[in-house]
Amino acid sequence: MIAQATNFAQSVDNTFLIIVGISVFFLVLITTLLITFVIKYSKKRNPKATNIPGNTKLEIIWTVIPTLIVLYIFWLGWTDYKVLATPPKDSMVITATASMWRWKFTYPNGKQADTLYVPVNKDIKIKLISTDVDHSFYVPAFRIKKDALPNINNSTWFNAEKLGTYTLFCAEYCGLNHATMRSEVKVVTKDKFNNWLSSK
Amino acid sequence: MADNSTAIKTKNHESYLDYKGKHSGLLGWILSTDHKRIAILYLVVISAWFLIGVVIGFLIRLELLTPGGTIVGAQTYNAFFTVHGIIMLFLFVIPGIPAIFGNFFLPIMIGAKDVAFPRLNLLTWYLYVIGGAFVIIAIFLPGGAPDSGWTFYIPYSIRTSTNMIITLSATFILGFSSILTGLNFIVTIHRMRAPGMGWFKMPLFPWALYATGWIQVIVTPIIGITLLLVIVERVFGVGLFDPSLGGDPILYQHLFWIYSHPAVYIMAVPAMGVITEIITVYSHRTIFGYKAIAYSSLAIALLGSLVWGHHMFSSGMSDTANFVFSLLTFLVAIPSAIKVFNWTATLYKGSIELEPPMLYALAFIFLFTIGGLTGIMQGTLSLDIHLTDTTFIVGHFHYIIFGTAGFGLFGGLYHWFPKMFGRTYNKKLAKVGFWILFTGFNILYFPMFVMGWLGMPRRSYDYLPEYQSYQVISTVGSWILILGLILIVYSFIKALRSGERTTEKNYCGGETLEWKVETPPIHENFYEIPIVTGGPYEYKQNELEPEGVN
Repeated sequence: MIAQATNFAQSVDNTFLIIVGISVFFLVLITTLLITFVIKYSKKRNPKATNIPGNTKLEIIWTVIPTLIVLYIFWLGWTDYKVLATPPKDSMVITATASMWRWKFTYPNGKQADTLYVPVNKDIKIKLISTDVDHSFYVPAFRIKKDALPNINNSTWFNAEKLGTYTLFCAEYCGLNHATMRSEVKVVTKDKFNNWLSSK
Repeated sequence: MADNSTAIKTKNHESYLDYKGKHSGLLGWILSTDHKRIAILYLVVISAWFLIGVVIGFLIRLELLTPGGTIVGAQTYNAFFTVHGIIMLFLFVIPGIPAIFGNFFLPIMIGAKDVAFPRLNLLTWYLYVIGGAFVIIAIFLPGGAPDSGWTFYIPYSIRTSTNMIITLSATFILGFSSILTGLNFIVTIHRMRAPGMGWFKMPLFPWALYATGWIQVIVTPIIGITLLLVIVERVFGVGLFDPSLGGDPILYQHLFWIYSHPAVYIMAVPAMGVITEIITVYSHRTIFGYKAIAYSSLAIALLGSLVWGHHMFSSGMSDTANFVFSLLTFLVAIPSAIKVFNWTATLYKGSIELEPPMLYALAFIFLFTIGGLTGIMQGTLSLDIHLTDTTFIVGHFHYIIFGTAGFGLFGGLYHWFPKMFGRTYNKKLAKVGFWILFTGFNILYFPMFVMGWLGMPRRSYDYLPEYQSYQVISTVGSWILILGLILIVYSFIKALRSGERTTEKNYCGGETLEWKVETPPIHENFYEIPIVTGGPYEYKQNELEPEGVN
């Protein structure tokens, strides 16, 4: 299973499970009906068909119910997304610079690194810069992704709650070595992080 | 549905396959303005491109069998997925069903002798062939095959040294082919329906083509102009999209998806039309919810043209834009759901024959439902942030595009093959081919959902070892799928060469006009233009207690 390293990841996963549940229900419903009808009304068992040109009540039911369901799902997605779209004001800002085909992270004190070190339980805002083509900052364990585009000021944020090392991908195709344009996010304790940040 | 009352006498009584016009032999085909011959021309070239696309798809899957290099280098792999996308989309599924079955059956189903502009129709085929030739040139010229992905995202497509300009020109030309086909069908449907055939007496495949025609005419020029602007930017250095010239890369993404999202419906809606015909014919009963299906095609065409932004949720569009595009995306799910429910209801109390076309139609509903439901997951803003640009989306659009346009095409070809060629095919072979294809399809594409959820980025030559088990399953699926395709192609070739000849007009008990004309149809389709009195799917003689014979 995929790691759940942020609060956000948990709420995304809950939404995912709700939608998977609804989807499985409808898929099983449709498939069962298809198979049942094909067997029950096969030409052998039912040599003469009955013409039913339609049913207004049914049309209304299967328009209204899906409408309500999709509006509900839309709302789930939007409320989660709202959280992701508004980074807390006192976040620590780290600049991620994407170039073909590597990541570079710059900290407030000017320190630079190839690996993204962050302290646990701290709001981190990532400013995204691209020096050449489109890239995308993607940490599956955090369920966040944001494009790093040249001349566009994008940013995203997270608050990692679990210590550990998580893969960071480039998710937007960017040429020859796109696939290996990977790095790591190392979530460490506050002390460890401060030591690392102040070291050369 | 049609009386034999007279209208206009046609001159020629020969099959369109034997008809001798001004030219004979090959010229009699490539200079023919007969919509049926043009349909066959399209069928031949589209099939060839499809097979090339399949081979490249096979190579992509083979490369992904192991992390790192398996059979080719990264540059070649990147060219593979780019060319696979260009071929499958622009040369296979976008023209696909409208160009083959639309051309062949639209005039027949509405009781016309040909389309409104037969010469323009032939021109579209030439544009299509020229566009295809450009793609071949782009692959083999010294600069190297295009490697930008079929989306041509800027700035990469401006910077790459591969043959981008020729590739962009190819899609520009193919766009015109598509626009002119759409225009032709719209005019044909407006002006050439048989006497008595009101809009709601028209079969649903023409309805689907009508909705598709409008999408083609309205949105295709946008991609044409956009790609032209990219060429201008590349050649003359005018800053439009490239940030280093002061342009806006997100503007490019908008303009690209304003066409390329509705293009999904250019692929899917005609296929929906095909399987609507198949389901009613092999259920031997009237369609359930005729108007709901007809209107939902139009609703999909309209709403589908307003949801392009859902390809860009992570691009940095404003939150308002994300809100609106997500909401509209959910709304487009509704007419799609309505269609699925009406198709399913059409089976109810039918008298169902599980012929090969019907198997494809049922599989279509199943695959389209999975594709649609995973589409809902991706329309959900918070989920899409995680899922976009992973293999989840690759699985999703193969379920939607291959599952609809591909299965619709095979189903339609089995359905209409004897009508088109006057030969029958081996049903057993067709069914075996179907089941292998269907099994392979799910083994190939379903693991992509799992991998994508686990974070595997798409368009990746290399991957982490944790994804390998899914990649291997998917690759094995591709072998099974291709085995199925080989059997299917073999079944058609065998039918063409040695299938039993048939002249039976209505071999499947259908009621639309193509089942009233000769098999194969004569040059001008009808001896007399029919006069239509009833709806397209009455199936009165099949009823439990017949109310009277039509």
